[in-house]
Amino acid sequence: MSTIELLFALLKGLRVTLTVAFFAIALAFVLSFVVGFGRLSKIKFIRAISTIYVEVIRGTSLLVQLFWIYFALPIIGIRMTAMMAGIIALGLNGGAYGSEIVRSSIISVPVGQTEASIALNFTPRQRMWRIILPQAFVMMLPGFGNLQIEILKGTALVSLITLGDLTYRANVINASTMETTKIFTILLLIYFLIAWPMTRGIEWIEKKLTVGRY
Amino acid sequence: MWDWSFALEILPEIVSALKITISATFAGFAVALVLGLILTLLRRSDKVIISKAAQGFIEFIRNTPILVQLYFIFYVFPEFGLSLSPFAAGVVGLGLHYSTYLSEVYRSGIDAVPQGQWEVGTALNFSKTQIWTKIIIPQAVPPVVPVLGNYLLTMFKETPLLSAITLVEILQTAKIIGSRSFRYLEAFSIVGLLFLLLSYPSSLLIQRLDKKLNRR
Repeated sequence: MSTIELLFALLKGLRVTLTVAFFAIALAFVLSFVVGFGRLSKIKFIRAISTIYVEVIRGTSLLVQLFWIYFALPIIGIRMTAMMAGIIALGLNGGAYGSEIVRSSIISVPVGQTEASIALNFTPRQRMWRIILPQAFVMMLPGFGNLQIEILKGTALVSLITLGDLTYRANVINASTMETTKIFTILLLIYFLIAWPMTRGIEWIEKKLTVGRY
Repeated sequence: MWDWSFALEILPEIVSALKITISATFAGFAVALVLGLILTLLRRSDKVIISKAAQGFIEFIRNTPILVQLYFIFYVFPEFGLSLSPFAAGVVGLGLHYSTYLSEVYRSGIDAVPQGQWEVGTALNFSKTQIWTKIIIPQAVPPVVPVLGNYLLTMFKETPLLSAITLVEILQTAKIIGSRSFRYLEAFSIVGLLFLLLSYPSSLLIQRLDKKLNRR
């Protein structure tokens, strides 16, 4: 096969990779905020649940979580497609790391900001939305940028649960053509070309949001 | 559903595979520590080409999946006459991937030493080696030790990926048990629990170390 043919054969997996990455990033983003706030909750039960979730996910391995969801859960009656399993595993994993980003950014907003908004008679809701979050969100951006890349890289793991993403295609084509060097070099380049604009994009947003600050 | 006697029966087999997992972790970490240092030094090179090349290499490795890198090392290197065992390929892959992260850690440690410390060294007529060994390194290392510890833990949790290049570590052992008995629940749950049991206490230990080393 020529290089161009190899490239097109590989790109058939691009849609799966991007779909998994997109939904996993979205799920991780939502979970990050829910759990990040959960860990700062006044209610002890919510704090405990959130902490257990974060520690269990961060204490085990992404691939183990993926295999557990895909191979072990059906035994207790929870079945899902490989695509679902991939999105859920990556999203749950990303959410645990992301919640730490949210939590640490919120607590690092200077306490004087909270005091000032109380002094100005803001309601707790206004305090969070108008004062704390806008400042915390800027601090979260670099962390979320890294998290996105980690999730994108993590999507390669779904090839191990038979989902036809880029990496899976590469293995299949490799088995039939044996053009190993070409295939895996192209594969690395494709991932890099997806990740690179994502990194730059986050940097751009960060710059936009920090204009005129300090 | 959950079968306790089956779980107890397969436990020894899985635990015995921990040896491979743990030795791959430490060997990979050693590779990453050394390669990371080399990358840091290359990045600080006065020659622009060298520092740019090192930076480009770091960016590329960090922006591509470690799984694909492992395939590359395991399947592509032999085409150029370098055949590695699954264990060696895994150690090189883990070490290479995380060296790019560790080089950032080293860099942040060095950058955190105030500029004045370098000037003081020069003013006191220290040689370049003395400035590094007596002034910079002693101040740069303690703050980053806990960070390095966390990366060791991260690498430990990445080792199941080595099962993809046919290394029989704990996840692969669990998979073999699963396909033999059609019971995946116990095998994979035990693997998860083992990771949790080993990594959670270690992370608490690292937190304590951090408090001890970086009291200000």
